[in-house]
Amino acid sequence: MENILIKTVDLTKTYNVGEIDVHALKSVNITINKGEFVAIMGASGSGKSTLMNLIGCLDMPTSGEYFLDGINTSKLAQNEYANIRNQKIGFVFQGFNLLPRTTALENVELPLMYDRLEKVKDHQKQATEALKKVGLADRMHHIPSQLSGGQQQRVALARALVNEPSLILADEPTGNLDSVTSVEVFHLFQKLNDEGITIVMVTHERDFAAFAKRILEMRDGRVIRDAKIKDRLNAEEELKKAIAEAEIAE
Amino acid sequence: MKAKIILKVATRSIMKSRMRSLLTALGIIIGVAAVVVMVAIGDGAQQKVEEQIAMLGSNLIIITPGASNSGGVNRGSGTFNRFTWEDVDKIKNEATLIKGVTHIVQSGGQVIGGVGNWFTRIQGVSPDYLEIRSWPLASGEFFTERDVMARSKVCILGSDVVKNLFPNDDPVGQQIRIRSVPFRVIGVLKSKGQSSVGTSNDDIILAPSRTVGDRLSGDHMRIGSIQVSAISNDRIPAVMAELKSILRESHKLTQGEDDDFTIQDQSDLSATATATSRILTILLASVAGVSLVVGGIGIMNIMLVSVTERTREIGIRLSVGARASDILVQFLTEAIVLSLSGGVIGVLLSFLIAYILNNYTSQSAYIKPQIIMIAFGFAGAIGIFFGFYPARKASALNPIDALRYE
Repeated sequence: MENILIKTVDLTKTYNVGEIDVHALKSVNITINKGEFVAIMGASGSGKSTLMNLIGCLDMPTSGEYFLDGINTSKLAQNEYANIRNQKIGFVFQGFNLLPRTTALENVELPLMYDRLEKVKDHQKQATEALKKVGLADRMHHIPSQLSGGQQQRVALARALVNEPSLILADEPTGNLDSVTSVEVFHLFQKLNDEGITIVMVTHERDFAAFAKRILEMRDGRVIRDAKIKDRLNAEEELKKAIAEAEIAE
Repeated sequence: MKAKIILKVATRSIMKSRMRSLLTALGIIIGVAAVVVMVAIGDGAQQKVEEQIAMLGSNLIIITPGASNSGGVNRGSGTFNRFTWEDVDKIKNEATLIKGVTHIVQSGGQVIGGVGNWFTRIQGVSPDYLEIRSWPLASGEFFTERDVMARSKVCILGSDVVKNLFPNDDPVGQQIRIRSVPFRVIGVLKSKGQSSVGTSNDDIILAPSRTVGDRLSGDHMRIGSIQVSAISNDRIPAVMAELKSILRESHKLTQGEDDDFTIQDQSDLSATATATSRILTILLASVAGVSLVVGGIGIMNIMLVSVTERTREIGIRLSVGARASDILVQFLTEAIVLSLSGGVIGVLLSFLIAYILNNYTSQSAYIKPQIIMIAFGFAGAIGIFFGFYPARKASALNPIDALRYE
């Protein structure tokens, strides 16, 4: 029981579009333990984004219950949702979602600003540490437009890490990146996962799902497959391979 | 979130689009500057009027005879004169907080002497008069209490009279004839210039009150008014109360009977004199105030655009744990910082305009500290009022929609 991070009970989400009810999620029951690296797959409209939003406490379910780290979130108020997002979850988005015209360091400091418990006193130091972890200590004072896509996504990852969350939620984290850069990002993900951070990621590329430890496939609002990944890819090795290939190509 | 951080975030996003922020604040800048300058011009005019009133004399209190009432019919101010020499003597003996008291016996007539003749005002006064009106002599000397009691035929000339009768000579020691009665000139008054109503103060001859009363006006009872000087400005109300009780006693008024005199100090006078300019100030300030409100609408407009433009930023902030209230406070603070900075620049601008008015035009402008505080307060209130709706709109965004916004 202690080990369970995410548990959903008949999680259902229905959107009301005009007169038609769209059943985005139909009684989903999943359990994710601490330290897992889960890839959620599925075609668009399969409900994977809706599931992500619910897990990320960005949205509330129509019915069913969702326990995060032992907390029954279905009974919480809006402000407590905000607190959970701040304390327990780090988001990584496809479009990076960094504040424009704001330095990497300030972007990473952003979650600390909204920490009501004020766990961290020195925001700048904590943010610098997070940037070091993603290997961007030398780009701290660059603004997003001065950074490459891969670097921007690493800043976003540092921002997700800065509050030391128990869960990182990544929504198509490499959707806007080329394959080598994508592998670099997965390398970071695997490293963080090895350090004990739980990662839940939405992707529609089967190749990338292979970097995870477990795969959840969704269709029409239901989980249709839940399996351990047998031939897990090691991003570090893949990276070496990719670089070698690139050298040969030259 | 701490206030410091909120302010930092707000100023940062204002500074990120400097030009737009400046243009947004321009409405407030112009509005605040307009309000402050308009009120300053009104206050400047009022100050001029007050200066002129102060020229009448220091801490001056004027007592005029009131309306007589015969058989229930009010006959208007001055219709029945109840001031006597004894009234003045009683004030002189009993009032404790006064510097001086003088009769004013009004008369007028043709004056012959020197190079020609001149028609002028003749005022019968007491020796205290000069001090009460803070009016120094240019040459010669003033008469004494003994001259008053002896009804001496001596007089002091105003500078306009000197100009007309003795353009080349020294009038002191000369003889003139006032309405055929010979008088000796013993002094000349310094020029005092125009009075607040536009007539010359200097077209006057002063003579002992009883002399004028008995020898010129032909009615020795007729004392037009009494002027008193209080020892200090803040004692004026006490002096007025004292005078009231002395005169009531002197006139043997019983309780319940109305005063048959009016006691006025300069504040009454200045209140009347500034009433018109005040109305004008209020009118101008209201017009300027409208421009301030228009400036506020400008802020609301830009803030609404800004909220739409920054939908994604709001989504990001929500996703990392900002509460709806944090977003509300952030945008509200931005609006307030914008309008208050507009207020600061507006006040600086108004100082510049006031400086130009005071130094390069005949218009005087006087900026009171209170008006600056009021203008600031108003600018801040406008920021809150017009910033609230956009901020509310921003805080009502749903994080998922906000993040997806292109």
